[in-house]
Amino acid sequence: MLAHAIFFYFFSFVAIISAIMVTVSKNTVHSVFFLILDFISISCLFIMIGAEFLGMIMLIVYVGAVAVLFLFVVMMLNVAQQKNQWFKSSETSTHIPVGLIVSLIIFFELIIVIGGWKYKPDIIKNFSDSLISNSTNTHNIGSVLYTEYIHLFQISGMILLVAMIGAIVLTFRKREGVKRQNYFSQISREKKQGVELVEVKSNEGIKIDV
Amino acid sequence: MEYLILLFSEIYKILYVLIPVLVSVAMIVWLDRRIWAFVQKRRGPNVVGPFGLFQTLADALKYIFKEIIIPASSNKIIFILAPIVTMTLALIAWAVIPFSEDYVLADINVGILYIFAISSLGVYGIIMGGWASNSKYPFLGSIRSAAQMVSYEVSIGVIIINVLLCVGSLNLSDIVLAQEKIWFVIPLFPMFVIFFISSLAETNRPPFDLPEAEAELVAGYQTEYSGMMYAMFWLGEYANILLMCALGSILFLGGWLAPIDTPLFEMVPPPVWLIFKILFLFVLFALIKAIVPRYRYDQLMRLGWKVFLPFSLIWVVLTSGYLLYFDLLPVY
Repeated sequence: MLAHAIFFYFFSFVAIISAIMVTVSKNTVHSVFFLILDFISISCLFIMIGAEFLGMIMLIVYVGAVAVLFLFVVMMLNVAQQKNQWFKSSETSTHIPVGLIVSLIIFFELIIVIGGWKYKPDIIKNFSDSLISNSTNTHNIGSVLYTEYIHLFQISGMILLVAMIGAIVLTFRKREGVKRQNYFSQISREKKQGVELVEVKSNEGIKIDV
Repeated sequence: MEYLILLFSEIYKILYVLIPVLVSVAMIVWLDRRIWAFVQKRRGPNVVGPFGLFQTLADALKYIFKEIIIPASSNKIIFILAPIVTMTLALIAWAVIPFSEDYVLADINVGILYIFAISSLGVYGIIMGGWASNSKYPFLGSIRSAAQMVSYEVSIGVIIINVLLCVGSLNLSDIVLAQEKIWFVIPLFPMFVIFFISSLAETNRPPFDLPEAEAELVAGYQTEYSGMMYAMFWLGEYANILLMCALGSILFLGGWLAPIDTPLFEMVPPPVWLIFKILFLFVLFALIKAIVPRYRYDQLMRLGWKVFLPFSLIWVVLTSGYLLYFDLLPVY
């Protein structure tokens, strides 16, 4: 158990420190890298409590896809050198009350969740009836997710689909004068259309209209 | 004391996998150049050692003694971290590769997800290297590579779902054992082809080597790297190629299983079969490098999103429908 405790404290320490560094570090790209470190250590904690499926999915979805998009946006917007001075400058200090309210709400939500679980641990028993003991947690998640929670699962999928279509509709616009590549016409181009053999008279040259 | 013994036995086991992998990476670089040369009717590296076998070692020695240049305007920590990340991620994925039924370092339940997660992390080495160099070509190369790897990961994920539907387990040993009757390359042949092409794109191999396209981007994300750091990028890349070959042979070619179950084939130890399959896939990789011209970037993106993704999604529907109709779904 000693090794377990050592690893637990190591990963939680790294998670907390990197979460602090996300907000403190001055370079925005560094913030994203600390966010990635945070995701990785959280997924290690997931694996340590035996939820290896959740840990791996966390790595694949958050680190492998979401954080790459974050990095993309941050690098493309070139905000890397923007100095983080929220505690000094007067313009941005108006954000502090809003941020405080949001973080207080999240804090109380966490207290409610953890407190409820601490004082009524038998709530969990209702769920654990449907779980098959001595089978991997991937099978357990599958057997619960696609039977009892199928409607919630489908609804969340629909919400994501609507959000995706919405994002595409918002950014899609037809611009004038953009030359689009048509693969079919490119591939089906033949020698007759592309090459022309011309007799050039000497000292006169030839005019090619493109 | 107990922990110390445990620690040393684990380290011994790790070295037992890691050293063969590193040696075979060195050999595979030689094989790659040699095949490339034979296709073009050249000799290839044939001076150092018998058949030029020690060429990679000589190259590595050269890289070790070269000066490491860190650009003055680069982000130094991330610049140094990038090749280390690439190399580490390429090597730690080998922990779950089963070489035979009991010769596997970590026989975890979610082995295939682990490999998928590690290979999706592989893009960070390239992004970090390209961004930290603080130069135009590396940055363009890393942006290209990030977009490319994320796109092709999606289709690889869907292809893996096809295999998992037939197996019913995420464990790599179970995936191999499920192919005892028939290798998945036969019923899922189109998926094998798409997996092979996607793994070319995933490892930035030609014809999809746009991140380092030497004609337009010098060397992409590696432009500013020199000495041992460049060599680490290089080794990491080849270890990744080897890993994708191993993954392909485990998912589709039956891993350590012999082609036909006869006593003659049983005399060959199982890891040898896996090595043969990895080598077969690698020779294909090397041949493709020599034969196929480089893709244009928009064609690459179109191939990933508009051809491979819909096609493999349709195959998921077909496979699951077939398994359900003929009542072949693996039951747990």
